[in-house]
Amino acid sequence: MNVPENLRYTSDHEWILLEGDIATVGITDHAQEELTDVVFVELPDEGRTCDAQDPIAVVESVKAASDIYCPVAGEITEGNIDLDGDPALVNTDPYGAGWLFKVRVRDTADVEALMDADGYKSLIG
Amino acid sequence: MAHTVAPVSETIQESPLAALHEELGGKMIPFAGWNMPVQYTSIMDEHSAVRNDVGIFDISHMGQFILEGAGAEDWLNKVLTNDVCKLDVGGGQYTLMLNENGGVIDDMIIYRQAEGRIFLVVNASMIDVDYAWLAKHLTDELSLINVSEAWAGMAVQGPNASAAFTKLFPEQELPTRNGMAMWCCEGESLIVCRTGYTGEDGFEFFSPSNSGSAWFQRFVDAGAKPCGLGARDSLRLEVCYPLNGSDLSSTRTPLEAGLGFFCVLDKGGFIGRDVLVRQKEDGLKERLVALQYTGKGAPPRAHYEVFSKEGELISELTSGVLSPSLKQGIGLAYLPVSHAKLGTLVDVGVRGRKFEAKVVKKPFYKKG
Repeated sequence: MNVPENLRYTSDHEWILLEGDIATVGITDHAQEELTDVVFVELPDEGRTCDAQDPIAVVESVKAASDIYCPVAGEITEGNIDLDGDPALVNTDPYGAGWLFKVRVRDTADVEALMDADGYKSLIG
Repeated sequence: MAHTVAPVSETIQESPLAALHEELGGKMIPFAGWNMPVQYTSIMDEHSAVRNDVGIFDISHMGQFILEGAGAEDWLNKVLTNDVCKLDVGGGQYTLMLNENGGVIDDMIIYRQAEGRIFLVVNASMIDVDYAWLAKHLTDELSLINVSEAWAGMAVQGPNASAAFTKLFPEQELPTRNGMAMWCCEGESLIVCRTGYTGEDGFEFFSPSNSGSAWFQRFVDAGAKPCGLGARDSLRLEVCYPLNGSDLSSTRTPLEAGLGFFCVLDKGGFIGRDVLVRQKEDGLKERLVALQYTGKGAPPRAHYEVFSKEGELISELTSGVLSPSLKQGIGLAYLPVSHAKLGTLVDVGVRGRKFEAKVVKKPFYKKG
């Protein structure tokens, strides 16, 4: 299972890449494998503020709709519009072209407090 | 004094093929009281294997009854909607069992194995209910046996299904559409029915429970891709085959569901007939229609609300999926006849957003 060392993770199977105060958020390789066949992604509007654990996006497979929670408090700066045309990017490149949204975090320490790769690896066994 | 209600122990049943599903990487979920594979690799891949090649589904959860005795056909004609007299020996037909209000108890396929002997294949969730209903109306001359546990079942479906059959049984001919055949092979009695729930050519195959896994594996070795309930649902919905409990219910008649073709009103009396006759005279108030998104949108799913273009809540979807073949949202809903005409536009509500859908001709998907 691919779990990059440079990312942070949540127990909801999201990954977070922090650059400055901007966090890019996606779902992990493990999560996309569990969901399989992502056919639709509903993204948050730019400018929306959110708290940690707010349901903010929806990733849908043929069979089910799964809520995606905002990993940290902040303001949405961008959604990945490429997913409108090609939602399967979440499956084919979960840590790259399949990212979901970017959030300007209120406090970067919130990101630091999330699980590291080792923590996530032990979570998914 | 408070009533204490003992918790109902919902024992989940395992298919005789459970160990094989595990081995094949099946992702198991509870369905109709059974632990069944929802998918093995991907619903999309499994769906397209059935549309373009051949797939195999475990259908051991479905129920089988044998009704036997002189006059079995005549008796059954009073309990089911379709005309059993039209069935030749070796033939099968889709039919419905109604309550006194004309509501659907279950839909099923029955096969006439011999004169006075009918094989009924019913929905997993309704085995006990169906059996009790039939037993309640049974006459002394007839016997009804629930043989569901004795049989493993698998549906081999797709344009290359018959080739897979011939690989396993070069000497045995597949029956023609809707027909059934029974024969002995390696000391076992086997049943094959040229029916299915996918809109593709194919067959349903029944063997003794304990050899089910071996047969399933042999079909896989012959090229059939293991498919789960996810693909089964998207395939059946593309061709508008109803799912009992979702699209059919005890409070909806088959006429409302658009299944009038399978209700022979002039064959003589049957349970629920009077209501259907009256409904036909009075005209329907609602009809189960096929809705297809006019653009892109979040996948429609069962219970999503349906609104008129004026914004009035008029119904909810009974089924919905993002069609793997059409790449568009499709669903079924009972709509007032005022909104049930082909071409009528409505909106499907998804998490507070609305996606436009149009009433289209059934089925959504047609071969070629």
